Amino acid sequence: MSHFRIVPAGDSALIVEFEERIDPAINARAIALADLLQAAAIAGVRDVVPTYRSVAVFFDPLRTNYDTLLERIERDAGRPAPDAGRQAEPLRIPVCYGGDLGPDLGAVAAFGGISAEEVIALHASATYRVFMLGFVPGFAYMGIVDARIAAPRHSTPRVRVPAGSVGIAGVQTGIYPAETPGGWQLIGRTPIKPFDANRAQPFLMKAGDAVRFYAIDRAEYERFA
Amino acid sequence: MSAVIVLKPGLLTTIQDRGRWGWQAQGVPVAGPMDPCSHRLANALAGNDPGAATLEVTLIGPELEFEDERVVAVAGAEFEMTVDGRGVPANSAFVVASGSRLRFGARARGSRAYVAVAGGIAVPLVLGSRATHLISAMGGLEGRALKAGDRLPLGDPMRARRAMSVQPLTPIVALPGTHAHIRVLAGPQQDYFTHDALDVLQSRPYTISHQSDRMGFRLDGPALAHARGADIISDATPLGALQVPASGQPIVLMADRQTAGGYPKIATVIAADMSVAGQLGPGDTMTFSVCSLADALSALIAQERALMAVEASAAP
Repeated sequence: MSHFRIVPAGDSALIVEFEERIDPAINARAIALADLLQAAAIAGVRDVVPTYRSVAVFFDPLRTNYDTLLERIERDAGRPAPDAGRQAEPLRIPVCYGGDLGPDLGAVAAFGGISAEEVIALHASATYRVFMLGFVPGFAYMGIVDARIAAPRHSTPRVRVPAGSVGIAGVQTGIYPAETPGGWQLIGRTPIKPFDANRAQPFLMKAGDAVRFYAIDRAEYERFA
Repeated sequence: MSAVIVLKPGLLTTIQDRGRWGWQAQGVPVAGPMDPCSHRLANALAGNDPGAATLEVTLIGPELEFEDERVVAVAGAEFEMTVDGRGVPANSAFVVASGSRLRFGARARGSRAYVAVAGGIAVPLVLGSRATHLISAMGGLEGRALKAGDRLPLGDPMRARRAMSVQPLTPIVALPGTHAHIRVLAGPQQDYFTHDALDVLQSRPYTISHQSDRMGFRLDGPALAHARGADIISDATPLGALQVPASGQPIVLMADRQTAGGYPKIATVIAADMSVAGQLGPGDTMTFSVCSLADALSALIAQERALMAVEASAAP
């Protein structure tokens, strides 16, 4: 049973903070709380946002019963943690590693003192947890990456990272859903779109999902794309 | 469908509604008006629903041509405005004839004005909102600021309520000159700072730097010292939060803020003062004072009452 505290963020948001660690069990608690509060459809609540180890509840203070909201959060946050290991079948995402699609593959290999093939094997052999989404629409912060390939982000971010780029930043891995600036080590690219506003399901992933990558060659990438 | 044609776009004119709430868990920023009060006032005066999309005008206004007769209202920053060469008042509804041109001139006060047109700007909804988010190129017209030649479809004014025919109103939010006093509530992470940091925050004015935009106001002023480092595990980013990176210089998170950030937040601007803050621009200054939750809520209730009174008098 982990601790939590509820802190106000101005007059229109409350943040529920769990222990300050990146840990699947703590993250599972945050997501479970967010799901409960979302499902409760509390009058005046505008948005419920789980992160690595917290949940933000955004509300309209003139249309929300503050005491009821607080009571509800306290009750639901105190519930026993769900089993973080009990995840659904992982979502499988194809990646064309290296070459011009993954310009930092060599640098990540050098970081770990291993070959590029080993970097690919390590990245594609783990099942990652989606801890949270943020940065831009559909960007999933996934982990935990093997220590041998957990290269730190670039000190100077790239001005343009192409959409679909798969990157590593320390123990985190992620896919850039759109062309944006970015500092992560780019090891490959996926033809799959994590976010497409015109799709029936705009977002491929949600917090708490399990994800596995698998390697495809350039020809397969071009066929997908 | 009838439309507004953009003849000149102005410095930064975007389509905004109340914002894209409900998708932050998927990383979708809220966006919406920098001055929510003036956006809502403009809609009320034009006889629109508060959820209708308006044009947010920034510092230098546009020139617009209307394809058909429409009721129009502009609230927020004070500009000289003319329709076909004749002056029109702010904070009041006026009628433009088919083919009329609304031209913005010199700006007297404030940074952002809202142009509401009866029927609302009817670009398609993206995830339930028409608000433009510039960085993620979402909503509005192709997710970008307006440019010359753009054609903005308008909603059906027949379904909208009739416009008010009133004398210009006193603005609900007092427009700041080049300085505003902003009230904050401490937190959510004031305990990540030294004990005197909140006093330092209230000690002297902060200047809004030229690297400021709809995402955030980067401030220059007394540095705020962290007690346990400037990095936190990425956390949600409330509107108006003062996040403080390693430099100790706060950044006020504004309408286009990202949904998460990795810096501690010492204090958060109260909802009632966000509209005043949204009227400031680069080079302007702000001072902060910590207030109580009760003060924050009574200020918000006063603002809400004033807005509801206008909306009620505009109702059929």
